[in-house]
Amino acid sequence: MEYFAPASAKEAVKLLASTKGKAHIMAGGTDLLVRMKGGYTEPDAVIDIKRIAPMRKITRAGKGWRIGAAVSAAEMAEDAALKKAWPGVVEAANLIGSTQIQGRATIAGNLCNASPAADSVPAMAAAGAKAVVIGPKATRKVAVEKLLKGPGKNALKKGELVESIEIPEKKKRMGDAYLRFIPRTEMDIAVVGVGICLTLDAKGKCTAARVVLGAVAPTVIVSAKAAKALVGTMVDDAALDALAKACSAEAKPIDDKRGTKEFRKHIAGVLARRAAIIARDRAKENK
Amino acid sequence: MFQVHVRTRINGDDTEFSCEADETLLDALRDRVGLTGAKEGCGTGDCGACSVLVDGRLVCACLMLGAEAEGRDIETVEGMATGAKLHPLQQKFLDHAALQCGVCTPGFLVAAKSLLERNDNPTEEEVRYWLAGNLCRCTGYDKIVRAVLDTAADMRKASKPKPAKATAKKASAKRRVSA
Repeated sequence: MEYFAPASAKEAVKLLASTKGKAHIMAGGTDLLVRMKGGYTEPDAVIDIKRIAPMRKITRAGKGWRIGAAVSAAEMAEDAALKKAWPGVVEAANLIGSTQIQGRATIAGNLCNASPAADSVPAMAAAGAKAVVIGPKATRKVAVEKLLKGPGKNALKKGELVESIEIPEKKKRMGDAYLRFIPRTEMDIAVVGVGICLTLDAKGKCTAARVVLGAVAPTVIVSAKAAKALVGTMVDDAALDALAKACSAEAKPIDDKRGTKEFRKHIAGVLARRAAIIARDRAKENK
Repeated sequence: MFQVHVRTRINGDDTEFSCEADETLLDALRDRVGLTGAKEGCGTGDCGACSVLVDGRLVCACLMLGAEAEGRDIETVEGMATGAKLHPLQQKFLDHAALQCGVCTPGFLVAAKSLLERNDNPTEEEVRYWLAGNLCRCTGYDKIVRAVLDTAADMRKASKPKPAKATAKKASAKRRVSA
């Protein structure tokens, strides 16, 4: 195996295209090194993107945000303005693993690793985040949920990598939240995760919503039915009941040692209700 | 296998080593540099026994390549004591009997030091969350948490500005933290 630490995105793209055999991009490396250690992948080259200065930065993209692909979850939590704008996204990223993992792990890596249980992905998708994908031919922007194909499979083409994640402007009276269920309080993988972003009008009526379920299907589910249960309502008990029902119906989980199908469907509704309340209250405070 | 030559700084000393391209920082520290304080518990980032600081950031040395250390500032448990004088956390771990077999201890010390550098007055909950990635199968954690809280209390006392010798005391407290 060869190790490369290019100083520019251009160089990284070139390396990715010119390497013979299997080349892996390394952002935080918290998934890649585990897979290498376990013998699940044997790369011929690892291309470390942490020396590419723009990929290490959080910057403003217009009124929105641009989070470089090598920015760690901990760095996101230390950015007070980002945390204030998108608390759900920042909190989701900082539910991943331990303090040690959060010091290295990135949301771009979490996305590309394509685990159905990835914590940051439902929060990003709820926020309407896009991945900026660079490659030998062109740069394209893809909604994060469109970059996922199935467990461990992303939709990047050969030679492509994610350069950054763009999160739109957080407008007035918008609020977001992400909640997950795990059998303990820390250091575990989501059994169910729910990300919600909603917008209220001046009177508190919901005018737009995105509801995203994680860990209950091969990829995240962006549920239009669940969003519909909120839009046009005051996000009151009746709307929350309808939301919970819709989420339980939309969830298509598997049975495994971490939870049964039935349990996961039920929890999807419970978490959606709770996340919607947090998102609603945040939207009210975001005047 | 491709060898990588790495120039880095470990516990304040300029250090060079050669390692294989896919070798972890943990293996490089232990097998190339001879610093065996950081331990391999799981090798997959779950247990925290290999915790080190890289440019001041707490990470698992098993989840980082040795090659990535180029130009970085690495701190390990070996850098905590000043000669024969233990770091306050090390002394408190002894006072509280916060270790039994000791395999997890270097990781806990490095992780706790990193917490106290950021927050000199953590709550018990904050200590427990910060250290959630450090596993100990002996102590049941209570003694470790008490040792960390006690160290924090002592360090706050030491750095409390007193009218007369305020500056001198503050400086000495600071030196101890970064030692």
